[in-house]
Amino acid sequence: MAFSFEQWTPKVYRRFLQSMKPKRTIAKNALWAFFVGGLFCALGQGIHNFWRWQGLNAFDGAAATAAILVFIGAFLTGIGVYDQLGKHAGAGSLVPITGFANAVVASAMEFKREGYVFGVGAKMFTIAGPVIVYGCLSSVVIGLIYFLRMH
Amino acid sequence: MEQIGMAFLIGGLICLAVQLVIDLTPVTLTAGHVMVGLVTGGAVLSALGWYEPLVQLAGAGATVPLSGFGHALAQGAMRSVDERGLLGALSGGIEATAVGVATAVIFGYTMAVLFDPKPKR
Amino acid sequence: MGKKRGKQTFALAAPPYLAGAYTIAGTKEGEGPLGECFDQLIPDALWGETTWEKTESKLMTTAVRGACQRADWTEGDAELLLAGDLLNQTISANFSARALGIPFFGIFGACSTMAEGLGLGAMLIDGGYVDRLVATASSHHETAERQFRSPNELGVQRPPEAQWTVTGAGAAALASPAVYHHPASLAGRSAVTVTHVTVGKVVDLGVKDAGDMGSAMAPAAAHTILTHLHDTERTVGDYDAIVTGDLGHVGHAACRALMAAEGVVPGERLLDCGVMIFDASRQDTHAGGSGCGCSAVVILSELLRRLRDRCYRRLLFVGTGALFSPMSSQQGESIPAIGHAVVLERGE
Repeated sequence: MAFSFEQWTPKVYRRFLQSMKPKRTIAKNALWAFFVGGLFCALGQGIHNFWRWQGLNAFDGAAATAAILVFIGAFLTGIGVYDQLGKHAGAGSLVPITGFANAVVASAMEFKREGYVFGVGAKMFTIAGPVIVYGCLSSVVIGLIYFLRMH
Repeated sequence: MEQIGMAFLIGGLICLAVQLVIDLTPVTLTAGHVMVGLVTGGAVLSALGWYEPLVQLAGAGATVPLSGFGHALAQGAMRSVDERGLLGALSGGIEATAVGVATAVIFGYTMAVLFDPKPKR
Repeated sequence: MGKKRGKQTFALAAPPYLAGAYTIAGTKEGEGPLGECFDQLIPDALWGETTWEKTESKLMTTAVRGACQRADWTEGDAELLLAGDLLNQTISANFSARALGIPFFGIFGACSTMAEGLGLGAMLIDGGYVDRLVATASSHHETAERQFRSPNELGVQRPPEAQWTVTGAGAAALASPAVYHHPASLAGRSAVTVTHVTVGKVVDLGVKDAGDMGSAMAPAAAHTILTHLHDTERTVGDYDAIVTGDLGHVGHAACRALMAAEGVVPGERLLDCGVMIFDASRQDTHAGGSGCGCSAVVILSELLRRLRDRCYRRLLFVGTGALFSPMSSQQGESIPAIGHAVVLERGE
């Protein structure tokens, strides 16, 4: 015997589910993201100002700032704080470069028990790897277009 | 102080915008998707010359988000083309972001050696 | 008249007895509404082991030994082990079977594994192949996170429809009526038998979101329940409770609505293990519990108690499983789901 819902299309079922899905707390999420993301950026600015005061130029200052922020993200991941922060902050802790560090460190730590070569070594970039791949791709494409326009 | 306030405001707004995109898109966006989108988007905006004004305005508020990573990639590639020609197109982006990537690898490895993942509560 | 009823149901000629059961769960489960009901709670997620996978296997081994003990069986009495879990190649079950040394069939039904094991086991006993066997299933929050979702330390937000994989294992010792004797520990309480098995069909209404398994499994659960009622010519009123495996809050509501759309209104009788195991308002578990261990520890603790203590006479347990892998999900496949049902009834 067949039930009428078996004949439903995915589209009909999706509409049927709409009323049952819990609502996302959009305003709360947005506020959390704003404050945490803003704080990471303000911290970055503070570190940047420090390096400039130390005499680094703008380019090196930005690189050194990135390095410090990556360390902060990595350390907070190591001591088990960053995932708790991310649960509330969402994009606020994902978008800053500390989120990139979190993706690298979380993967590296998670797969440590599978060994240092195929665990830590290979799995470190399971989540952050695509960022490097697409970052590299887009920079080369941009460089090529720029080169062609120059000549 | 003013710089820091501006970084907080613009950086926070970028995160808020991304959070809204995540919450309001019907398909599930994973962390990987969001990061790739930001880096690629930042690189494209930077190449078009639209990201630099934001950096001038917000400082770290524009460079700390991953779109700033894309900006650094694009600017690095274009600067290297000026200096080295075609080879620069290949080397520039990676060179400009090498510090960030290398530190991520170093600290990723170190933290994995030092710490074990903790169970979720 | 044979044992087959309708298209998917088997009525067992000599219903096997649930001779013993044992449940073991993690700390978060222990803090939940059913915390007091489990036989054992582990102090932390690792429980003295070096990996979470080893811990999960230890949970299962402990549950199996506990169930045999509760049934007053001596070592070597169990003739067959039907075990499964969520991990690739069902390693928790494999390693548990290695430790136990019982002849072993590994089974996989995702979160429906406990119902699948109970159903298969009851049929094997009724078929006369063995007299005593153990069916078991386990899951562990951290092993499931790292296999199905993301590394545990990744700072991600869980959507409200996401479910929380339960850390726990449950085992049931089944015995044929010929060898069953009422365990001393159950003096004054009722024996429980498995009378019917309804084997589920895979139902897929196109849900692709791996973070929303309740919605994906609800149609399979509703399909199995309705088919069972049709096959056995029974109504909802013949059951004190119809318990779905782990649809969670979202899937539970969907299942209820799907049944109502076919004219079956279960009311208070429809329960869900994923809803029962956590207090969503207090424990931050969003849509409720999931994982093989979820339905295993709920059905074999509190719900079995209600049967033994004569609060219930008969219940329908519908284990539900989302039969996908991260790979199929990334390839854009929707989530096939299944529901297996067994009838647990108080014996005389």
